[in-house]
Amino acid sequence: MNDSNPLSPLDLETPDKTYLDSNELIINMGPQHPATHGVLRVILKLDGEKVLGTECVIGYLHRGVEKIAENRTYTMFNPYVDRMDYVAAVSNGLGYCQAVEKLLNVEAPPRANYIRVILTELNRIASHQLWLGTHALDIGAMTPLFYTFRDREEILKIFEKYCGARLTTHAFRIGGCLYETYAGFEKDVKNFLAFFAPKIGEYEELLTTNRIWLERTRNVGVISGPDAIALGVTGPVLRASGVKWDIRKAQPYANYADFNFEIPIGKNGDTYDRYLVRMEEMRQSARIIEQAVNGIPEGPIMAKVPKVIKPAVGEIYHSIEAPKGELGYFIVSDGSTQPYRVRVRPPSFVNLQALDVMVRGMLVADVVAVIGTLDIVLGEVDR
Amino acid sequence: MAEEIKSPVPQPPDGEAKPAAEAPSSPQHIAAPEDEKPAAAPSGASEEAKTAVPATPPSPKPAAAAAPPAKPTAPAKPTGPVPTPWTSPMVEKYKRQYGSGLEAQTYLGQNYFTVDSSLISDFLRLLRDDEQFDYCVDVTATHYPSRQKQFDVIWILYSFARNERIRVKTQIADGASLPSSVSIWPTANWLEREVYDMFGIKFDGHPELKRILLPEGWKGFPLRKDYGILQQDNEWVQINLGIESGQ
Repeated sequence: MNDSNPLSPLDLETPDKTYLDSNELIINMGPQHPATHGVLRVILKLDGEKVLGTECVIGYLHRGVEKIAENRTYTMFNPYVDRMDYVAAVSNGLGYCQAVEKLLNVEAPPRANYIRVILTELNRIASHQLWLGTHALDIGAMTPLFYTFRDREEILKIFEKYCGARLTTHAFRIGGCLYETYAGFEKDVKNFLAFFAPKIGEYEELLTTNRIWLERTRNVGVISGPDAIALGVTGPVLRASGVKWDIRKAQPYANYADFNFEIPIGKNGDTYDRYLVRMEEMRQSARIIEQAVNGIPEGPIMAKVPKVIKPAVGEIYHSIEAPKGELGYFIVSDGSTQPYRVRVRPPSFVNLQALDVMVRGMLVADVVAVIGTLDIVLGEVDR
Repeated sequence: MAEEIKSPVPQPPDGEAKPAAEAPSSPQHIAAPEDEKPAAAPSGASEEAKTAVPATPPSPKPAAAAAPPAKPTAPAKPTGPVPTPWTSPMVEKYKRQYGSGLEAQTYLGQNYFTVDSSLISDFLRLLRDDEQFDYCVDVTATHYPSRQKQFDVIWILYSFARNERIRVKTQIADGASLPSSVSIWPTANWLEREVYDMFGIKFDGHPELKRILLPEGWKGFPLRKDYGILQQDNEWVQINLGIESGQ
């Protein structure tokens, strides 16, 4: 009827300009909202239930990790990275340790790399399980949450036995691993694989052909391959848009070149495809773990690194395929024991930027689905 | 009491960030036992600890003082790898085109261009259009306060077609601005906002250059080297508690 801004003062003189006629509404979602996975605030501009545009307000969890790094030694900063993407702490640690190793020009020994691969892939499964449980819960399917948390527990138990921590593991050290595998580590991992193999089928049985799930995820939050690349989106979100790119294959690190695995890709770039891609990724991760645990070589677990880590002057960028996408570390050394600058390239932060493109023209309820499917962790977005 | 006086024994070198000794002492003593308890509780160390007391200035926060090794930049550099010239057909082509405005180097197998800031916009566009660097991984910066052009701004680029990662670096002075690369890679939007937020570097032509992680009213740019890690805290306690330092 009219284009008046609903937030401007009501015009009572002209009778047809009533509040109900207004057709644009601005509402806040978050920062405390169960479906925003932490403290994300999204300002939604709505026409009825249709989303016209969004703006993300972030930074509520900002802790200044990059500034902290400049005031710590290389070794002391290592545990901090676990607190960024805290559901994939092992991956964060791997990326950081490898970046510093690159800067020092050392390479972790093969046995350390195999242990790293096993733990990182276990962590990828755990991260995807947490994503699946919460994402399904957001959309209204409650059962998968219980299934995935039950099974994720088994992975956390292995972490706990290996390094004493379940979540913020600090599992690796610069140069390799601090801990040798405990007695029965291989057996535990194999038992987990046997336990986990039928579980993905159980999850899929609940969702893959579930009509409500299909209605809520198909053609929701579509992003094309070229758009995803332009927006710098990485990880399963990029792959679901049909771009076959995974750093583990494109630029292998930590002996990933030794293992056979496929990169699952989607076709439509919608929420359903992203779901399928992540389900398949869990299977592929299990495949990698199986090969790694059967082929784990003997040998040292630490490379020769000096007690005081003091890289030569220079800068390095190293990135790994974290569960959420490309996790990169750009480190500048001035030759002292403390990094001159550490920049973290967080996958969640960059992927979240695509939210606006993905939800325009969708319904409010789809915003919840899209936030879930992006699989963000606000600890990493805000750092 | 024994725990607290035991702590000066390891006596780490004083961090440049922890000089303030006049803070009220009680809250820190609560923190101290965590680290020192197992050693101090059973031992009859009190007499040697007592002798240690006058020798050391009151070190208010043992747990934290152990943290920063706080060596101001080491002068003795270990001889490490050095950047070497990077040669490739692409580099030759751009060297011909830009001459001295462009340098290409390799460090530890990673290639980077150092480009004059006036060329940056054209050069980035060429890299995307002609060299297929279609994915802007990251935009970030580094602050060197002692330099005349204080900031390095770095673009990390990747090409899916070539499976190649490069960096493009440029230097700008404080207060100068750079052309925004949002029109080249939309992903640069938030990344440039973060650089602005943390370093105060302005990007001309950015659609909405405002703070992203910090609140609107924040003072200063935290990742600049002259932004101390304690100033925020000190300012708050000075205003709200009327004490000099909260450390």
